[in-house]
Amino acid sequence: MKIKKGIPLIDQHDKNGFYGGKFGGNYIAETLKRPIDDLTKLFQKYRKDRNFITERDNLYRNYVGTPTRFIKLENLTNYLGGAQIYAKMVSDANGGAHKIYNAITHAMLCKRANKKYICTDTGAGYNGKMFSMVAKKFGLGCKVFMGKRDIERQKPNCEAIKKNGAEIIQVNSGSKTLVDAVSECIRYWVSNCDKVHMGIGSLVGPNIFVKICGWSTAQISRELKAQLIEEFGEIPRKTKLINCIGGGSSAYGFWSEFVDYKKNHVEFIGVEAGGPKNSKLHAAPLSKNSSIGILHGAAAYCIQDKDGQINQTESISSGLDYPSVSPIHCFLKDSRRARYSSATDEEALNAFKLITELEDISPSLEPSHAFAEAIKIAPRFDESTTVIVNSCGDSLKDIDIIKKRLGSYSR
Amino acid sequence: MISEIGLAFKKCKKENRPLLLTYTVAGDNTKKKSFEILKSISSYVDILEIGFPHNAPTADGVEIQNSSHRALTNGIKLKDVFQIVKNYKKIKNPKPCILMGYYQMVYRYGEKRFIKQCKNSGVNGLIIVDLPWPENKNFSKLCKKNSIDFVQLLSPTTSKERTKKILNDSHDMAYYISMLSTTGGKLKISPRKILENYRKIKRINKSKNLVIGFGITKKTIGAFKKADGLVVGSALCKEIARSIKRRQNPVIMVNKMVKALKRKIT
Repeated sequence: MKIKKGIPLIDQHDKNGFYGGKFGGNYIAETLKRPIDDLTKLFQKYRKDRNFITERDNLYRNYVGTPTRFIKLENLTNYLGGAQIYAKMVSDANGGAHKIYNAITHAMLCKRANKKYICTDTGAGYNGKMFSMVAKKFGLGCKVFMGKRDIERQKPNCEAIKKNGAEIIQVNSGSKTLVDAVSECIRYWVSNCDKVHMGIGSLVGPNIFVKICGWSTAQISRELKAQLIEEFGEIPRKTKLINCIGGGSSAYGFWSEFVDYKKNHVEFIGVEAGGPKNSKLHAAPLSKNSSIGILHGAAAYCIQDKDGQINQTESISSGLDYPSVSPIHCFLKDSRRARYSSATDEEALNAFKLITELEDISPSLEPSHAFAEAIKIAPRFDESTTVIVNSCGDSLKDIDIIKKRLGSYSR
Repeated sequence: MISEIGLAFKKCKKENRPLLLTYTVAGDNTKKKSFEILKSISSYVDILEIGFPHNAPTADGVEIQNSSHRALTNGIKLKDVFQIVKNYKKIKNPKPCILMGYYQMVYRYGEKRFIKQCKNSGVNGLIIVDLPWPENKNFSKLCKKNSIDFVQLLSPTTSKERTKKILNDSHDMAYYISMLSTTGGKLKISPRKILENYRKIKRINKSKNLVIGFGITKKTIGAFKKADGLVVGSALCKEIARSIKRRQNPVIMVNKMVKALKRKIT
């Protein structure tokens, strides 16, 4: 399995939407064939349209507030005494996470498809929040599908969604988390695809949703590349880009501009949710050797039983609590361009604690998984190595969990 | 050679009535009960659709989701599904059986192994909800090679051009999804409009047997008499749920409903 040079990763699929010949595809009901075809054509047309891109870039600048900061974590670097540690503060983006990029593209496409309604799924609530924000901005009706368990553990984002005038549809089936929210959202779209535009919240789903999402979050690495050159005059040798992986949308965005670099020049490390320390449950299909399965329209590594039923997952971070992963990350794994590991709930909490004690940033529990890996590996290197973590979400949404697990929460 | 499914259509055409197809989930609410249901409705039904449950269904409405959930909670596995069909095929005058489910289950089991198991158990046809045309071309050929009908799906969003191609590649039966909906939704458009769309498809290729499904209940089935065949699924799953709740025997209650359905179309 080989990655081609000079072509964005999202476009390296065959005519059936498969990456590396076996990941992705379009496993969808007949009813969705045409809506997905229409969306594919619409996106093909507008991704090259100068007005569309100008509008998008204006929104990124004036609404999202790009570029997000690229900062050095001096105290953490000194504390660990190894590699130089930096953070890309994607949580600076309006709304507090990277999900805003994908939401903007979907709202713009929804408008161009002459649809007045938009629907999406959410786990941590950030994707739901961003869709509700852009829906308000663009004058669209918005439904957000969210598992009951996530509604209970991510209250601040739910309040934001409602405040923006969107409707939260509580999903009570299965594990009542992201996996069920995505299923329910797709079911809703099957019934309403003539009037409603669907945006999937991560780099997952039928091929076109993977492409739209990756095209949108790629903004992160475009910014980072420019910031690196400004800071160092070049892309530093021995750079390590560490990102948490749920579906994998922020990681793709963080890495996409650097795919063509050699692995020993720019290394990609994805960190999945290892779940509670003493539990067998996790949400880490890539690092814990799951086999390939088909979920939500695409073939990818997936946590499943012998018979093909999707297994329960468990993670302290709703945003990573998903049994499958993007086909793009399967491709990156099998082509050995990226490596994947996992961090437990406890490691993520400890990372959060250390980071917030030493630095003036407050990553959510999702990027805290990535910080846990950075903390683990940084001491093994010297200052010639540059470790950069994508701090892709703000911790405010996790206030209840953090209070409960660490005793207090302050900003 | 004409398949058992093809023969069933021939027989009903002679009798000048549409086929009655039922859908129930294997293992709902137990392996034994779901087998007994098949046995008890067998003489009133022309083709039995049997669902093999998956826990992340993207095209099922709430009734079938609940049916699948009950079956999975009771521990149903694919090997049990095949066993149920095998046992059913041992009764006197068994009807053709079509297994219906999601591709993930087939993929995990292995395509070839799955088809072989179907053949061994006496399965006559397959509906794979999320394996649309043209992605299903190879799998459908593999089915045909093993004398299993692969049932192609058509929906109101399928263009005329696409319909033509799909029908060309279809075997003895194709399935028209009546409206934009998951299974078991309320009829959003009138039976007259559905039949109008249905006839448009029939005009494209008269020789293909085409059944209508989604949203058909005791109340609405009478309006669709002119179709080649009619599928009732969610209404039966709902009846199973209701009888469990009322502590009635689902076998008797489903049997009653199937008889009533049959009366409305003969």
